[in-house]
Amino acid sequence: MRGRPTLSAAAIAPHGAEALLRLGLVGSPNSGKTTLFNALTGLRAKVGNYPGVTVERREGAVDLAGRPAILIDLPGAYSLTPVSEDEAVVSRLLAGELEGVAPPDALAVVADACSLERSLLLVAQVLRLRLPTCLVLTMTDELVARGGKLDLRRLEAALGIPVLPVVGHRGVGIDALRRLLGHPDAWSRPPIVPPEGAIERGAWAESVLAHVLTTRPGRSRTTDAIDRVLLHPVAGVLVFAAVMVLFFQLIFAWAQPAMDGIDAAVGALSAALRGALPPSLASDLLIDGVVAGVGSVIVFLPQIVLVLGLLHLLDDLGYMARAAFVIDRVMGWIGLEGRAFVSLLSSYACAVPGIMATRTIPSARDRLVTILVSPLMTCSARLPVYALLIAAFVPDRAVLGPIGLQGLVLLGLYLLGGLSALLVAALLKRTLFPGEGLPFYMELPPYRVPTLKLLFTQVWGGARAFLKRAGTIILLVSIVLWGLLTFPRVEAPQGLSAEAARSYAMEQSVAGRVGHALEPVLAPLGFDWKIGVGLVASLAAREVIVATLAQIYAATDEAGSLRDAIRRDVHADGRPVYTPATVASLLVFFVYALQCMSTLAVMRRETNSWRWPAFAFCYLLALAYGASYLVHRVVDAWT
Amino acid sequence: MAATPLSSCSELTPRADLKPDRVGLDTLAPGESALVCGLTGDGPIERRLLDLGLLPGTRVLALRRAPLGDPIEYELRGYRLCLRRSEARRVCVEREAAGACADAPR
Repeated sequence: MRGRPTLSAAAIAPHGAEALLRLGLVGSPNSGKTTLFNALTGLRAKVGNYPGVTVERREGAVDLAGRPAILIDLPGAYSLTPVSEDEAVVSRLLAGELEGVAPPDALAVVADACSLERSLLLVAQVLRLRLPTCLVLTMTDELVARGGKLDLRRLEAALGIPVLPVVGHRGVGIDALRRLLGHPDAWSRPPIVPPEGAIERGAWAESVLAHVLTTRPGRSRTTDAIDRVLLHPVAGVLVFAAVMVLFFQLIFAWAQPAMDGIDAAVGALSAALRGALPPSLASDLLIDGVVAGVGSVIVFLPQIVLVLGLLHLLDDLGYMARAAFVIDRVMGWIGLEGRAFVSLLSSYACAVPGIMATRTIPSARDRLVTILVSPLMTCSARLPVYALLIAAFVPDRAVLGPIGLQGLVLLGLYLLGGLSALLVAALLKRTLFPGEGLPFYMELPPYRVPTLKLLFTQVWGGARAFLKRAGTIILLVSIVLWGLLTFPRVEAPQGLSAEAARSYAMEQSVAGRVGHALEPVLAPLGFDWKIGVGLVASLAAREVIVATLAQIYAATDEAGSLRDAIRRDVHADGRPVYTPATVASLLVFFVYALQCMSTLAVMRRETNSWRWPAFAFCYLLALAYGASYLVHRVVDAWT
Repeated sequence: MAATPLSSCSELTPRADLKPDRVGLDTLAPGESALVCGLTGDGPIERRLLDLGLLPGTRVLALRRAPLGDPIEYELRGYRLCLRRSEARRVCVEREAAGACADAPR
């Protein structure tokens, strides 16, 4: 097996005689384990889920100084006595009890040199597994900077295993680490294993530490100074609020030009294809199905990349834990914890990175609740829909100084989404996921300057996962939706304009018939068949309803033409379709309904089953229907 | 500050029976430090608190409360840990003189 020059990341070998060397990285959260994993594997990590659980599985092919191996980044754990799903995976995997996953052949415990006193408690547990083990000490530069002195020789002697210092983000010690990791059979083994009970482990760790830590590191002055401001009762809250405002501002201000650019590029591509290809069913499929469908998803990529980038940046700096510390009390009232706030906030831009960000929440129940309510946060895909309806039907008049009625309605819709998310979360915690969960505990790591390389790896990983996993499903659904909007094909009567002919064909299509068939169901909400078709099409992505309505109304691409068309639209008996009650009900429907296949695909990925996306879709649809019905009745009676 | 015998309150200790100088960790004011003398139970939460290093004899320094009063940030074993009151009160500690040893060894 030695000397094989390269290894494909896909070649994660099953357990067996021919199996490659499998090395597990064990460590607590914040130990620098993931930085080390990235430094060793580069961008070749394979990300998935462990069978049957919502725990991320990361493995990567590594070249250990000529010997190919598989590196397994085990979920961060403070102990091998599990209290969370993530940690249960670690202990079961190490014990070889995880079905379909071979246990590693050797382990590297990753520990922060500055908090060795705590990390040794985990080392003691790992050594009792009697697998070949080595200890990798990270943040050794910080230990020195803080005046600490550690005798590595003595530590090796006391533990009976190899110990190697590294500075993961600078790549210092990585080559030596590769050489060490390549030959676990040559590692020294401890003559006796550490004691078993928690209290005995503590005594053991202290005796080791007294022997090796010649000077204890002082407190990090930088961290102390920054925390005096960022965690100050008044200044801390102000900074928190400022960071959140900035977060939004950056996401909307920076993402918009890129999103407009992608939108324009997709439009130009469609136009070019339409010009170059002879009109046929195949070209329609390519342009209206594939290009438009995939385009409607890619357009959110700038926002996803920006949200992920900002989240990871704040997290790598050490601010995320502080933000969670400041807001935890508020989240505690609804039964969640501070870390859920960060994820929900991201969902205000787009639920996809928001759902990805739930991985920082240790409790599986809290994570699931957060995932289930994240579609309620007002994501940017709702904006085009809100913008169309508000511009068409809410009078543009000032209410209070510069604050206009249109802005107030938009703000109200944002607040309705956010408050509903919190209420539903509180309800889910008390009904579906009751009982005392995990204790709340969170480490506040010292502030650190992240490297661009690490940031890039993290963001690229998230963006790639979105494009790949969501992209395949989205492509498929786009084609199906195109089929529904196209077939059966009906010849339009002579003399119609191209737009009118498209509109006629759409009414005769399966989707059009579905829209008509849905009318009895939709009538209590005040929706006609045209809105019904729009709703069917918007199952792919919320903003698609705008393009679909434009096609139905045979609107030209001119700005404002759709707005005028829906304003003028009347029922057969001459009553306007868009009454105040219908507009309010449609807006409320979009606050609640989960019309986004990217979100469903990411939910599937993160929860490892279709059960939870299906549940989220159904409960949000029921909520949307109920709320829209109520709003329609109330507004109707009132006007 | 003689360390409490390790076994004395590692088993379930009703909080009402605590000696006057033994209090829940949640009662420490910012700047106060104390030695852990045990946990008030042996469920999964207590097990986790032990795994986090809140072992008998460990010195804990209360650093600050969050702006809304909860959670509380502590320093122990060379790292900083936030606990909510509901968890911190499960840790039984023996108070030390305030500010006496903020940077002395454990």
